[in-house]
Amino acid sequence: MTALYEHPPAGLWDVTAPIAPAPSYASPPPATFCPQTTADDQPEPRRNTGMVHQRDILALGGSIIAAVSTTMLLFNFLAPWSGKIGFVAVAFGLFLGFYALLVSTEERGPAVRDRVIAALVHGVAFVLLLALVFLIGFTFERGWSALQHWNFYHQDLANAGPLEPMEVGGIRHAAIGTLWMIAIALAITVPLGIACAMFLNETRGAFTRFVRTIVEAMTALPSIVAGLFILATWILILGRGKSGLAAALALSVMMLPIIIRAADVVLRLVPGNLKEASLALGAGQWRTAWHVVLPTSRSGLATAVILGAARGIGETSPVLLTAGYTTYTNTNPLAGDMTSLPLAAFKLVSSPQNSFIARGFGAGATLLALVLILFIAARIIGGRGPGNLTKRQQRRVAAVSQQDLARFARREAGLEPEEQSAEGAGRRLLSMPVVTSLKVRRRMPTRLPVPKSLPRPKGRRRE
Amino acid sequence: MTTVLPAPVSADAPAEERRSRITSLERSDRIYRSVLRASGVAVLTVMGLVGLFLAIRGGEALHKGGFAFLTTQAWDPDAGNFGIAGVLVGTILIALVAIFFALPLSVGTALYISEYAPRKLQRTLISIVDLMAAVPSVVYGLWGLFFLQGHVQGLARWISTYFGWIPFLQVDGVDRDNALVDVTVYGSSAFIAGMVVALMVTPIACSVMREAFMQAPAGEREGAFALGATKWGMIRSVVLPFGKGGIIGGMMLALGRALGETIAVYLIISIVFTIQPDVLHAGAGQISSLIALRFGEASQFGLSALMAAGLALFLMTLVINFAASSVVARSRSGAESD
Repeated sequence: MTALYEHPPAGLWDVTAPIAPAPSYASPPPATFCPQTTADDQPEPRRNTGMVHQRDILALGGSIIAAVSTTMLLFNFLAPWSGKIGFVAVAFGLFLGFYALLVSTEERGPAVRDRVIAALVHGVAFVLLLALVFLIGFTFERGWSALQHWNFYHQDLANAGPLEPMEVGGIRHAAIGTLWMIAIALAITVPLGIACAMFLNETRGAFTRFVRTIVEAMTALPSIVAGLFILATWILILGRGKSGLAAALALSVMMLPIIIRAADVVLRLVPGNLKEASLALGAGQWRTAWHVVLPTSRSGLATAVILGAARGIGETSPVLLTAGYTTYTNTNPLAGDMTSLPLAAFKLVSSPQNSFIARGFGAGATLLALVLILFIAARIIGGRGPGNLTKRQQRRVAAVSQQDLARFARREAGLEPEEQSAEGAGRRLLSMPVVTSLKVRRRMPTRLPVPKSLPRPKGRRRE
Repeated sequence: MTTVLPAPVSADAPAEERRSRITSLERSDRIYRSVLRASGVAVLTVMGLVGLFLAIRGGEALHKGGFAFLTTQAWDPDAGNFGIAGVLVGTILIALVAIFFALPLSVGTALYISEYAPRKLQRTLISIVDLMAAVPSVVYGLWGLFFLQGHVQGLARWISTYFGWIPFLQVDGVDRDNALVDVTVYGSSAFIAGMVVALMVTPIACSVMREAFMQAPAGEREGAFALGATKWGMIRSVVLPFGKGGIIGGMMLALGRALGETIAVYLIISIVFTIQPDVLHAGAGQISSLIALRFGEASQFGLSALMAAGLALFLMTLVINFAASSVVARSRSGAESD
């Protein structure tokens, strides 16, 4: 290998040596040297920095094969065991043992423990994933005999007796009930919940702390107790009877603390300097909230609401106590019994008839699909913290930036006079990447003074 | 360099008028603030009403039942013979079984997501775990009743056969030598209900723990690696101590949810009102299942008694939730948030 620098003269680093006069150079040596490559200097072969080696894969594969074989031996010939879950559990336990044994032939204690625990952690995560797959797959599989018939989606169960085939009857009544209940519950909880979360965030004081404590306490309220409360007050004391509205009220009592907590967390993430900037520009508290806080946290709030809605849609016990149960379609939430998808699933599988159980699974699968759709919507809308832009928003910000660059260039060239309109200046000053829809510009009385003497960065937006 | 001294203030010079720093709010802001305050009051009213009503109506039954409410193992309120001893123990047993399974599952999954999973997969995995938390409880109940129960009964029999000497795991009234014994005696038990509830609460616990693990400071992680630690060594000496508050807090949150879970448990267990300590044996008690079972035929007083049971459940969950949030807030990983 070529030396990258010339060695200093001997004795230079030797502190015990007598101080020699500084060597005089004809010309001062260059500070850096260009490495001199010769023809035979091959590029160094790249080292493999990957953590996976062949022997690891061999140990892993070998122990898997050994574990499965031993388990088959145990289950089929030696021990009186049976069952798929047991098979997998025993095989996994044996695999860990074999793996530890194989690794310990080459590695020492800490490395063996590291490998075994890595395998264990992977296995545990896989078990949870597998449970979810089984859960979804099983529900759709058992419900398939009902789901494949089109009438399942546009008929109710009024004409479906115990012996009717799957071609008769469906869950229209439950779907309508679910939609009414969740719509009413959201109409109550979203404005109230978000306003209360704003209240918790924007005000200080003993009262705020008290409200916060009560809301936190109420997240512990078991959902069936919320149903019991509505049953005892709205239905028995006020005598309104079981209805979709009563169920929606019970769901609201249950969802309100959830939505407040979630919205509170999201609103707290709004950067304080955005709020302060808005206030410093002369916007009032209401304008700051409407034009800065809410738009910044819009995606997070949407996620909070959708996840709350998913919880509310899937909740059975408050509906069980307050909605009653019907097999016919009732489109009026204010009067008369109503049913919802989870309640229908619950009631149908309690029946001894196989056809009803299949319909119950169909209702459960429909519900699951609904929750899945809501969940994916929540991921698409939200899932980004404030300030993280989507691809489209990034393109828009970049386009605005390009325009500004061109404008600066024109102005430098003297082609365009300095802008006098306060509105335009305000827009540019305030359209920060974080809040693309900030609209405080109308309150901007004059253009902010920018000192002329300072060099202004060209083509670069303020952060 | 010259210093400009302030001009001497003569005593008779008029003192500069102090500017008031309290600005009066605009009208829109005043309306805004009053709307916010009104919503806070409204939420407080609703929540207060629930708590108050529960206390008052439940109080009637508690007053009549007295201390026997906590010790009676029966539920016949109209005859004056009712108490939550059996269902309370059942509730706790189911929750403990759930925690027994949920603890390793959630710690393992949280560690996998924060430490082992490839970066690209991380977001997807977080979404999947959150999705598990959003799956309706009735779906879990259906799955537990029709799928898991059949697969676990054999395991329950095996455990009770070989580990029956452990007090909680014995199953009475079974002739072990009889090969044709009906496995239904092992179904509808607290064990199976607890397993299902474990799956329901694992995602909740897992996301709290993952948050805590991911906040473990990079400097300390790299320090551990630089000292020659293996990955597990790093996790054990940095991540787990750092996330200890998250583990405890997440587990307690899960416990709170497990205590209040209704419909999945109601579908699986067959309710008994006596204390049933054998988790593998058919029959278990649970407060919220009791409410779901008895609300329909309850008289006015019966409803009060159910409210008292609900109040007991609520208080239990409340204590656990507050303890959980204080544990999370006091831990190192939770010092920044609440």
